Formats: sequence, structure tokens, C-alpha cells
Amino acid sequence: MFATKFDYQKASSVSEAIQLLASNPGAKIIAGGHSLLPMMKLRLTSILMLIDIGGIEEMRGISVANGILRIGALTTHAEIADSHDVKDNAGILWETAYGIGDPQVRNRGTIGGNISHADPASDLPTVLKVMDAKFTIQGTGGIMRGGSRTVSADDFFLGPFETALGENEILTTIEMPVLAANQHAEYAKMAHPATSFAVVGAGIVVTVENNICTAARVAVGGFTPIPTRGPSVEQALVGKELNEENIVAATSLIHNDLGSDVFGDVFASAEYRQAMAAIELKHAIYHATGFAHHN
Amino acid sequence: MTTRIFGSGIRRREDPRLITGGATYTDDVQLPGMLYAAILRSPHAHAKINSVDTSAAAAAPGVVAIYTGADTDGVLNPIPCAWVPPGADLVAVAHPSIAKDVARYQGDAVAVVVAEDRYQAEDALELINVDYSPLPAVTNPEAAMQPGAPQLHEDAPNNQAFHWVAEGGDTDVAFEAADVIVKDKIIQQRLIPNAMEPRSAVASWTRATGELTLWSTSQNPHICRFLASLVTGIGEHKIRVIATEVGGGFGSKIPMYADEMIASFCSMQLGLPVKWTATRSEGFLSTIHGRDHVEYVEMAATREGKITAIRTKIYAGMGAYLSTAGPGVPTILHGLIYSGAYDIGATKADVYGVFSNTTPVDAYRGAGRPEATFLVERLVDLLAVELGIDPVELRRKNLIPKFEDGHDVASGITYDSGDYEPLLNMVLGQADYQALRQEQTRLQESGHYMGIGVTCYAEICGLGPSQVAGAVGFGGGLWESAIVRFHPTGKVNVYSGISPHGQGEETTFAQIISDELGVDVDDVSIVHGDTSNTPMGWGTYGSRTTAVGAAAMVLAARKIKEKARLLAAHLLEAAEADVEYVDGHFTVKGSPDQTKSIQELATMANVAWNLPEGMEPGLEASAFYDPPNFVYPFGTHLAVVDVDADNGHIVIRRYIAGDDCGPQINPMIVEGQVHGGVVQGIGQALWEGAVYNDDGQLITGSMVDYALPRAHLLPNMEVLSTETPSPHNPLGVKGIGETGAIASTVTVYNAVIDALRPLGITSLEMPLTPEKVWRAIRQQQGS
Ligand SMILES: Cc1cc2nc3c(=O)[nH]c(=O)nc-3n(C[C@H](O)[C@H](O)[C@H](O)COP(=O)(O)OP(=O)(O)OC[C@H]3O[C@@H](n4cnc5c(N)ncnc54)[C@H](O)[C@@H]3O)c2cc1C
Repeated sequence: MFATKFDYQKASSVSEAIQLLASNPGAKIIAGGHSLLPMMKLRLTSILMLIDIGGIEEMRGISVANGILRIGALTTHAEIADSHDVKDNAGILWETAYGIGDPQVRNRGTIGGNISHADPASDLPTVLKVMDAKFTIQGTGGIMRGGSRTVSADDFFLGPFETALGENEILTTIEMPVLAANQHAEYAKMAHPATSFAVVGAGIVVTVENNICTAARVAVGGFTPIPTRGPSVEQALVGKELNEENIVAATSLIHNDLGSDVFGDVFASAEYRQAMAAIELKHAIYHATGFAHHN
Repeated sequence: MTTRIFGSGIRRREDPRLITGGATYTDDVQLPGMLYAAILRSPHAHAKINSVDTSAAAAAPGVVAIYTGADTDGVLNPIPCAWVPPGADLVAVAHPSIAKDVARYQGDAVAVVVAEDRYQAEDALELINVDYSPLPAVTNPEAAMQPGAPQLHEDAPNNQAFHWVAEGGDTDVAFEAADVIVKDKIIQQRLIPNAMEPRSAVASWTRATGELTLWSTSQNPHICRFLASLVTGIGEHKIRVIATEVGGGFGSKIPMYADEMIASFCSMQLGLPVKWTATRSEGFLSTIHGRDHVEYVEMAATREGKITAIRTKIYAGMGAYLSTAGPGVPTILHGLIYSGAYDIGATKADVYGVFSNTTPVDAYRGAGRPEATFLVERLVDLLAVELGIDPVELRRKNLIPKFEDGHDVASGITYDSGDYEPLLNMVLGQADYQALRQEQTRLQESGHYMGIGVTCYAEICGLGPSQVAGAVGFGGGLWESAIVRFHPTGKVNVYSGISPHGQGEETTFAQIISDELGVDVDDVSIVHGDTSNTPMGWGTYGSRTTAVGAAAMVLAARKIKEKARLLAAHLLEAAEADVEYVDGHFTVKGSPDQTKSIQELATMANVAWNLPEGMEPGLEASAFYDPPNFVYPFGTHLAVVDVDADNGHIVIRRYIAGDDCGPQINPMIVEGQVHGGVVQGIGQALWEGAVYNDDGQLITGSMVDYALPRAHLLPNMEVLSTETPSPHNPLGVKGIGETGAIASTVTVYNAVIDALRPLGITSLEMPLTPEKVWRAIRQQQGS
């Protein structure tokens, strides 16, 4: 529990943070520190300089405008779980934030840190994928210093602990379309009893018109290198009435969408997690559509 | 007495300092010139150590010294095992503080770095180059005894540490004659205790006087001093052990560990204070583990459901070395209590203690009794199914009837007092057992799996008579002593050799003394934990602190009262026989005005201006208490669970704990102990378990993989009690520290099996993870 020696700098703006990153090879951003510090203390990683972005006000806050929910990357899980704007416009995210870790983790951990860290066991990557979120990234990229770009959640996650973030880039903002009245979203997870991390997480957004599912976004995570979209399930849902039979039939197709790279551990094997993906998806749709837990 | 504070749920006086950061733990101790130690631990479960190259590390910044097994060899004596059950052919293998030739478990100490700060010490560890030749490893105690298994110690063939058999009655005859026999194989999985405070030691050697002061996270500082003296060769009179605030132990802070002795060695070499504190990961590897049995168990009964015998064969993992009390746990604390709450004619325990390439195993909350209770209650449930009798009725049929002064059970021990059925009835009433069974049937019809577990237990604690300690091979006594001292102002200090570490006994002891002496509870302070200012005592474990430790205080307080009465008679110029004590006052019978408060008498005794002829000054007394018997708390626990057949998830819907620990000094604290114990036991049933891979690497080596119970996964606890006094200690108290952990594992386990029985599932391995349940269900459905 003793990190190797490191330097520390506090940045007061995004551009300063990027500059510090660019001029200090081996430097890394620290936000809430709830992923980074444990790794440093276990000496799984050794970092020469920490650049603390915790004081950058422009990276905080939650707002809604023009049908877009906008969340600063430094916003903590607790702030999200406390926000009416999130509750009213992206209830799935609101509930998910509340189910992350424990109060200490929620009070310190940030949405940006969670995404940037891209831990396969995290909840937010799966949720942001089904919510079709877009991430704003700033960096030295291109000719213009501080040039910014936008990457969709579908393109952001590249592998375990691997994202589209470039070396000297910072994730500043997360945006997603607010849910329409006929859209139902839910995240169901089997949580690891030790940490609450996802053993299996399943996110869904379904659009329902006249009792018929007209659109669906489905993803599962926690046991695959990155959150995995479920096109087979999506196709099977669209055009169908959301009754028990159709939901069970559609969600059971998730195994078609899972690659061969499926994780297991002493708590839950890969085989079990695959089987649970369908179950958690089913639970998610039941909950989302008020097709309550009656079985 | 007008008001008795004994029995009232006053708040714990410990809590303000504990929850506001005002407590001083061992790691908080800072001494001038202090250096920091970090211990290099073997990454291999079993390996020959060819060489240890410390040259690069020695040159690293801040490094003061590095020591290896070659340095401690012959200087430190081996870490002793202090519990040698008789007639068991125990092999006391040498346990060096730092391994020299062979590392025998992942976590075995191989070298120690002392540096100016802890970070430098950790950095230097990485620069030590150890050349290992890995050897094959074995971690399962049954496998370790099979032919061809890797061998740990030359002097312990087949890895057998000991073989202990205890039989009472004739089990062979009973099994011959039995109408029914039920059997099971039980894996009592290895558990990893996690006190909130990691272990820590600060050793300070004073060269000029040859004295060692050792701050240690110990549940028993006096035993620690005694063992430290054996290991270092320093006389006990020159060792002072201080257990300042200790943040939980659950048994894991009973043993003498190598680490504390390594810190002492470093301080003695360097003449400067040295601190060592375990990281959490280090604790997972180097702090003792608990349980680890492979058990073959069977029960014999008549057709009518009268239990006639229990017989076991047990492979008890001891780890790579014998820890301080390790061998006593699966033997004395386990094999003698197979009768549980029942009248059973014959019991036999056949226990092999086995070495394996794992962290040493020792007492962990309940220590032997959870394992015993588990197998008894498991077998009773199997028998109930076999005979088609309701499990509660079967238990009722076999309960020991009410007894007030002794009941002999087959193993040869004598329970103190018990009245089991009222508590059983109370718990069933609280649960509305019949309604639960009806609901279970109803739910089952709609494909829902609900289960009910009911268990009855009786356990042995309050360790114990010293004569028995000697007879069962415990390397010490088990009495306690106390000094109660009135100060001139009428305030009281109690000095005890017992060493509470979070249980709240500073509060309950003050309640007891307040009542005994008629002084305000806030005028009493309990002093404990420092061998230099407390009388000898054997420490806090085995739910003995109150039953034995407080008993000594009460005896001392009563001596004081007697002296105060004599002084009062003198000052009031009354005949001794005419002075009576009521509520802190000594009054001449029939003359209420002629009275002296105990505080006034304390003042007079301390200034000694006017004492009766021959009376010594001061108002204090010491007493020694050696209990004539153990105490035997008992109870009934009930759990209701729902199992989701889709994913194997278990939810504990209700948990009812009915426990009898005799008169309750502070019901709030009793309830807290029950909550904590029950939760720890549930942890074993559902979540906890050490997993090693084939190479002997601990897979569950951190809190990321080793799941401790979490509040949001637990039900509201319903706590009930009766109060049956023990006939033989002055307060009638029994123990409550371990009962929860003793009863709850099997209660929840039985409830889960009860839920799954309609699916044809009769047995599962703990912890009952969702996947195990799901697989069992699928297997049944597939077959
Ligand atoms: C006990 C425990 C339980 C947990 N349980 C859960 C759970 O149930 N579900 C779940 O989803 N998560 C869980 N987590 C993870 C937690 O949510 C993350 O640790 C947290 O969100 C990470 O955010 P942070 O601000 O602490 O990131 P940090 O630790 O500060 O940073 C993490 C990584 O992201 C980088 N980084 C941070 N911010 C940015 C940025 N704006 N731009 C670019 N890079 C950045 C850092 O350089 C670092 O590499 C748990 C963590 C713990 C310790």
C-alpha cells in the first residue's frame, strides 16, 4: 500500500492540465483517484507525476439544454445520484450512479475517471453506450493547441483499460440525448459482493409505441473487454410486443453477440456470466417497461 | 440498591474516541529516531531458498539495515506453538521468524529491510534478489495426507502435525445398533480474518538497561510478553508489552507472529525503535486464517428420531507451521462439543492436524465451535429429511432438558446450566414458524424457492479452569486477576490483565464495578493492555473476558467493601456487625444518620489519619479468579431465505437470533455482539473463502476478491434472549462474543438447502455463491 515516488501538480484549467501532460512524459491525470491510487499503492503502476484536475471548475456540473444532458467529466457519482436533471432525463444513469461501489467511492469517483479508466467491470461504459453518449476530448491534437474532438461511446472504448484518449488528451464533457417519453431505459447488474463492480451488467433503451418496440439499444458489460452491443437482441425486439415470451426469446440471443473473449474468475465463471447476460437483460427490460418482477 | 446500572444499555464510553479519530493505535505510536521495517515475503508457496542477495537494496536511499534468515538463525528462538493437545503425537516443527532454507507458504518472511521511512523500505524490498527453486505445493489438508503429496517438514511424515481422538460413550456400538445413519462430507472452507486495524508492532530496545518495550496489536499482552521472552531470550521482567488501542482481532491477534519478533530483533540490533505495520495485502497472507477442515461426519439415530451418536473424521489444515493456539482449535474447542444442545449418548472426534503450504491457521471467532455446530446441525437436518420429521420437532425431541447445576455430556465435559426449549419456542413464535412453512409450500407451488433454517446450539466458552487448561495441553493458565483501587477523591481505577479490543468492556466493567461499590459509573475507569501497569492475565478470547476477567474484579471489589465496612464501623464507633452496606453507604443499623459514604471512607483510608488498630492504609484490593468450569451459552437461530432459481441468488429475508448468555450487563452491547457475530457467520455461508491455485498462490488475496459481508446485503436482525445464570461465577454471566458466528453459518446454510430441497439438492459447498447454486439447480434439472 505504498506507492513509488511521484511528483504532484495541480492544474487550474483544462489547457494548463494538457500543457502539463504534454511537457511531463510519464505524467498522468488524477481526478477522484479511486481507480488510480489503488493501482499505485499496489504498485501495479508507477507514475512519475500526477496532475490533479480536481480543481478545474469548468469540468464540473450537470445541465440540460436542447434535448441534451451535459455532464462535466469531474462530476462525481454522488452528484449524479443526487441530480434531478439526471433523474428526470436519464433515469438509467441516475440509478446506476447510485449503485456504484459504496458512499466513499461515489463521493470521490468521477464519471470522467470511470470512463477514462475503462475498467471492464465498470458500470458506466455500458450505460453510456446504450444511451448513445458522446464524449468531448480536448488535447494538443492537430495544429491548434487545445483542439477538441467528439467521440461516441460506441467508438471510445477499445479494450480493457484502453480508450480513444490520446496521450495528452483530457475528457472534459459527457453528453447524451435526454430520454423521450416513450423511451424506457434500465441498467441491471449482478454486483460483485466484495466491491459492487459489475460481474454482469446489462443496459437497455427501448422505444415503445402502441405497445410495440420500435427501437432498441442493448449492451452488456462487466465480463467482456469492452461493453458489448447486442444487435441480435435489438433486432429481435424491434417490431415486437414486449411481453414475457418475446422478451425472453430476444434476450436469450445475446450469446450470439458475445465474442469468444469472455471473462471469468473465482467468483463467477465465464460460462455463468454468459448465461447471466440474458437473465440480466431480461430483468432490465422487465423493469424498464414496468413488466415488473412478477415471475 | 435503588438503581442498578448493571443491565442498562448505556452507551459505550469507548466510542467517542474510536469514531472521532481520538484513539491511539500501535501504528500511531511515534518515537524519536524511529525506523521503519518492511518484510520481504516469499512469492512462492513452497520453494528452496538458494541465496538472498541484498547488496543492491542495501545501497538504496535511506536503508539502514537488511536482515535475512541467516542473521536471525540462532539469535531468535523459533516461534513457539503453545497448545499441545495430549496424546496426539504433535510434531512441534521449528518455525523460524525468517525462513532461511525453505519458504513454506506464500507470505513466509524471507528478509526484512529497515529504513528511515516506510516508502524507502518498500522501495528497497524490490531490490532484494532471492534465488528460489520452486517446489511442488499442497494446500488442501486432505490432499496433503495422501501418498505422494509434497512434504513440508522432514520431521512430520505425511504432513501429519498431530492425530487426536476423543470418544465419549461407545460410538461403534451406537452405530451398529442404529436404525438410521446419515452422513455428509463438509468442507469448512478457509477464512481470512480481517480486523479493521492491520497488525502492527513498534519495538524499542534500550541497550543500556537491556529492556524491550513492544507495542503490539495483541488480544493478550501478557501472553505476548511471555512468548516474546521465549523467542528473544530476554527475561519477562525486562519486557513490557503494550496493546494500546486494538482495532478488532476476532482471534487473529492472539498468536505470537514472526513479524513482531522480527521488529524486536531489528530494534535490538540497531538500538533504535523500529515500527512494522502490515499492509492489508500483507495481512491477507501473513495473519492467521481460520477453519479449513475437510470433514466426514455421520450421525446415528433410532427410527423415532432419538439421536444416539455422532462420529467424525476430520482433516484440519494447520498451515505451514503451528500457530500459537492452532492445534487446540479443531480438537479441544471442537471435538468435545459435538453434543451441542442435545442429549447424545456417544460422540467421537477423530482429528488429523495437517501441514500444508498455506498461511498458519488459528482461532477465528468461534474457533472450533462454529465447525462443530455446523456439522451437528447439518446432520440433524439430514436426519429430519431421512425420517420425514419436521426439523424443529426433531430438535425438540433431542434437546437436553432444563438443568441448573451441571449436565454431563458424552465427551466428558459438564455443561453449567441450561433451559433450551423456552428460547426455541420464543424464536419460533417471533418467526411464526407454522405460517412460514405454509408460505413456503404456497410459494413452492408457483416455482419460488423459500427456505427456513432453524438451529439449536450450546457452546463452550469462558475459558476456563486452569487445571483443565493444563490437562488439555494449553501452555498457560486461564485465570484472571484484577486490582481495584479507590483514589483519595473516591474515584476508582480497575486494573485488569484482560485486554478488550473493541468489545465495549471498558463500559460493561465500569457498570459492574459501579454497582458493586455504589459509585457513579463515570467515576470508574478500566485500565488494561499494558503489562507494566496491569496484573497478570491471559487475555481476551474464547468469550472469557467477562466470565473470568470481570469475576476477578468483582471479587476484588467485594474485598474492598469488606475493608470499608470495618473502617466505617471504626469511624462511626459502632460494632462491625451493626454496620450495613446499602448503595454506596455504610450505615449503622437503625440510625440512618450515622452513615459514611464509600467515597468518604476512600478519602480516610488514603490519608490514613484515623484507621482502626492494625489496618493498612489505602482502599484497594486485588483478587485472582480461576473459574471452576467453563460457561455454556446456548440458543436458537432462525433464518428465512429466498433463492432465485434463475441466477442462483440468495436473499436472507429474515434472521432471528435467540441467545442466552446469562444476565446481561448491557443489552445494547450484547445485541451488538450478536449482530457482529451473526454477520461474520453469514459471511462464511455466503461470501467468504480463501481460494488457492494449484501452485499455492492465494487467489483471494485482497478485498477485491475476498468478499466480506456488507451492510446492504444483510437483513434487519431480530435479537431475542433469555437469561439463565451460570451457577458458578459471581455474576452468573456466560459469553456472547462468539455465539452469533457459531450459530449463523449453519442456520443460513440449512435455510438455503431447505429452499433447494424440492429441486433435489441436498448439499453444496460454501460459500454459497450464486454460480454454485445455479449450477446445482441446472444439474438437477438436466438429470
Ligand atoms: C471499492 C471500489 C468499488 C467500486 N465499485 C464500482 C462499481 O460498482 N461500479 C463502477 O462502475 N465503478 C466502481 N468503482 C470504480 C470507480 O467508479 C472509479 O474508481 C471511479 O469512477 C474513477 O474515477 P476517479 O475520478 O476516481 O478516477 P481516477 O482514479 O482519478 O482516474 C482513473 C483513470 O482515468 C484517468 N482520468 C481521470 N479523469 C480523466 C479525464 N477527465 N480525462 C482523461 N483521463 C482521466 C486517470 O489518469 C486514470 O488513469 C469502484 C472503485 C472502488 C475503489
